[in-house]
Amino acid sequence: MNTIIQTLSQPWPWYVAGPLIGLMVPLLLLLGNRAFGISSSLRHICAACLPAGIDFLKYDWKKESWNLFFVLGVVVGGVIAGTVLATSDPIVINENLREELQHYGITNITSSLSPESLFDFSNVFTLRGFVVMIVGGFLVGFGTRYAGGCTSGHSITGISNLQMPSVIATICFMIGGIVMANFMLPYILTW
Amino acid sequence: MKISERKNTQENLDFEVRSLDSSSTNNEGAAFRKNIKYLLAGIFFGILLVKAEVVSWYRIQEMFRFQSFHMYGVIGSAVVVGTISIWIIKRFQIKTIHGASITLPKKPFHKGNVYGGLLFGLGWAMTGACPGPLYALLGSGLYVIVVVLLSAVAGTWVYGLIRDRLPH
Repeated sequence: MNTIIQTLSQPWPWYVAGPLIGLMVPLLLLLGNRAFGISSSLRHICAACLPAGIDFLKYDWKKESWNLFFVLGVVVGGVIAGTVLATSDPIVINENLREELQHYGITNITSSLSPESLFDFSNVFTLRGFVVMIVGGFLVGFGTRYAGGCTSGHSITGISNLQMPSVIATICFMIGGIVMANFMLPYILTW
Repeated sequence: MKISERKNTQENLDFEVRSLDSSSTNNEGAAFRKNIKYLLAGIFFGILLVKAEVVSWYRIQEMFRFQSFHMYGVIGSAVVVGTISIWIIKRFQIKTIHGASITLPKKPFHKGNVYGGLLFGLGWAMTGACPGPLYALLGSGLYVIVVVLLSAVAGTWVYGLIRDRLPH
């Protein structure tokens, strides 16, 4: 049993994780004709908590409650991965990236999956932390709903279903990400 | 606002909210018993996201800087498996475990696929997380992600508020 847990605690290679993520598509279809997609949960949360008479949020979110159970499961899965299946090995990252991040004071690259010097409560109201966490988060919520889906809804489910709008949306996700990571974030991180 | 635009925003352009499609057959309601299977599927997906390091800010930076193949491998192989699965489901008209037919509605293209896609791309590279990883990171112990998640909820809400004034 210990060996199994030890094996599962190591980072899973892409050729194991990718196909398993792909199987979420037929799994949810077979369980109840559900489309694999995470970002709509944000809309259901709005519809449930603060619809405020907005047309876009006036619908019976309870009919989509499966999605909220699903994302609650994702949180629980995160707990299991972060406790039972946790690893103390430091994350291995690209050398060029490691060097560049040093210039921004992001040096403590340990077993944590995200830089603690960036994602911490004490940074929420520094300029850099505010932009990365608050503005970044806002763009994730606004952009995914404007696009009608996220990585799971468009890039995986939509493309798997041969939907051209999803191909276009995914290309735009990549363009936005490439522009931010290469041309904007290097400045934001020096703030 | 032109009539054609007005019509557009009243259509269900959301790829993920299927109960709003007129063709929807999903009427299971909110019963916990019926939803527990989705909770279990979510747990599996959450473990997957963390252990494959898809939730890692570093991995997302590497992807957008073309410094690692990992994320391309994950998303690419997921799409291949998803495509084959959907082909099989359609080809053999496979039904759900409850015997209901499986529907895969087509959605029209709209400008939001581009504008929204670009905005989400910016946010994805900043936070290093798309919506799935936000939930998984929260569970894995990075509690400050609750700030990002709440901000994403706010972003969704504001989109709903100004939706009629945006090009679609």
